[in-house]
Amino acid sequence: MCLGIPGRIVTLDGDTDPRTGTVDFDGLRRPVCLAYTPEAEIGDYVIVHVGFAISLVDEEEAARTLAVLRAIPDAIETELGP
Amino acid sequence: MKYLQEYRDPVLARRLLAELRATATAPWTIMEVCGGQTHTIVRQGIDELLPAGIRMIHGPGCPVCVTPLEIIDRALAIAARPDVIFTSYGDMLRVPGTSGDLLSLKARGADVRVVYTPLDAVRIAQENPGREVVFLAVGFETTAPANAMAVLHAASSGVRNFSVLVSHVLVPPAITALMDEPETQVQAFLAAGHVCAVMGWAEYEPIAAAYGVPVVVTGFEPLDLLEGILMAVRQLEEGRAEVENQYARAVRRSGNTAAQDAMRRVFQVTDRTWRGIGPIPASGLGLSPEFAGYDAETRFAVGDLVTRESPDCIAGDILRGTRVPTDCAAYGKTCTPRTPLGAPMVSSEGTCAAFFNAGRTLEHR
Repeated sequence: MCLGIPGRIVTLDGDTDPRTGTVDFDGLRRPVCLAYTPEAEIGDYVIVHVGFAISLVDEEEAARTLAVLRAIPDAIETELGP
Repeated sequence: MKYLQEYRDPVLARRLLAELRATATAPWTIMEVCGGQTHTIVRQGIDELLPAGIRMIHGPGCPVCVTPLEIIDRALAIAARPDVIFTSYGDMLRVPGTSGDLLSLKARGADVRVVYTPLDAVRIAQENPGREVVFLAVGFETTAPANAMAVLHAASSGVRNFSVLVSHVLVPPAITALMDEPETQVQAFLAAGHVCAVMGWAEYEPIAAAYGVPVVVTGFEPLDLLEGILMAVRQLEEGRAEVENQYARAVRRSGNTAAQDAMRRVFQVTDRTWRGIGPIPASGLGLSPEFAGYDAETRFAVGDLVTRESPDCIAGDILRGTRVPTDCAAYGKTCTPRTPLGAPMVSSEGTCAAFFNAGRTLEHR
């Protein structure tokens, strides 16, 4: 149960209570409750747990993490020189 | 898949491992709290790739594993009633009770249904007004907001034939209890990224300060875990004990306040017994007085329950991180994911099942 998966919001259901929409997980689409991500819009990525979006993925932070990782020098490249 | 694949890059993983080797000058023991992280670490063999001396121990963050036996037995007693439709997350069905599990009860004719989300259980209640629908509301701070919403939705929709058997658990009291054990070996924690996505990380700051233990909020992909381990090792090497956030793409310091508000409305903090570990004060959530009418425990009297664990199972030591599955004589022999003696062999988040599925054998030590 305790697995969170990122997916992209493809539709919003309008005036439902609680707020719901459809999230695409790499082709697999599922209804998701968006009550806890009121700011999420179509095209946003959210982390989904047991059918609930619990967090909006921050694209800038995601890119920053990867940039930090890519900046770590490769030991072999360093050893062999340019 | 976006936000998954990029964090599985083997080239970057090798660089992180090289950086770890260059950083670590002493042996360190780090606990990953969450069963989802254990799953990635064991499946990818990350623990075996770490520099010598950096040891991962696997924590109690598997909701399937720590749900108390008394709740499983109560669930079995309620689910056996002919007027009840019993609903649950799928991975709870094989958890062994004192006698049998929900799956074997279903095979004998009980109406036990797996739901993908607790809102489905409310819908089943709406579609079956003549039956009582009970949902087994277990899990950490990650599933609590969803389970809270199911109760709120049932209340606002006037659904009266719906109730919840609640056994929620909380991470911070558990890691505090682990640090209070005199024989604890843990020197740093990787905190569970998705628990912190809901709760934020402010509640870990007093723990880091009081015990001098670094806490790194960490994600679930291989690069997340390697970076989380590197951040923890850097803190240990530099003598720092702070809360840092590796999983910045999903976690903010304040967490998800809308989810916290719903949790606070529906639930209140309560003492909780952890299966395999024992009672921990103020370590769980139960229904608040406002929603006490939705409590399946009071709605269905099941009489006195006499619980008994398998005497061969060492789940308590596994969950505290003092022993590993391959230390257990039953592991892979009388205890397998198909015939689990203890809960950690049930779910892929359980340490025993993670070891078994990765093919680790008794000789692996």
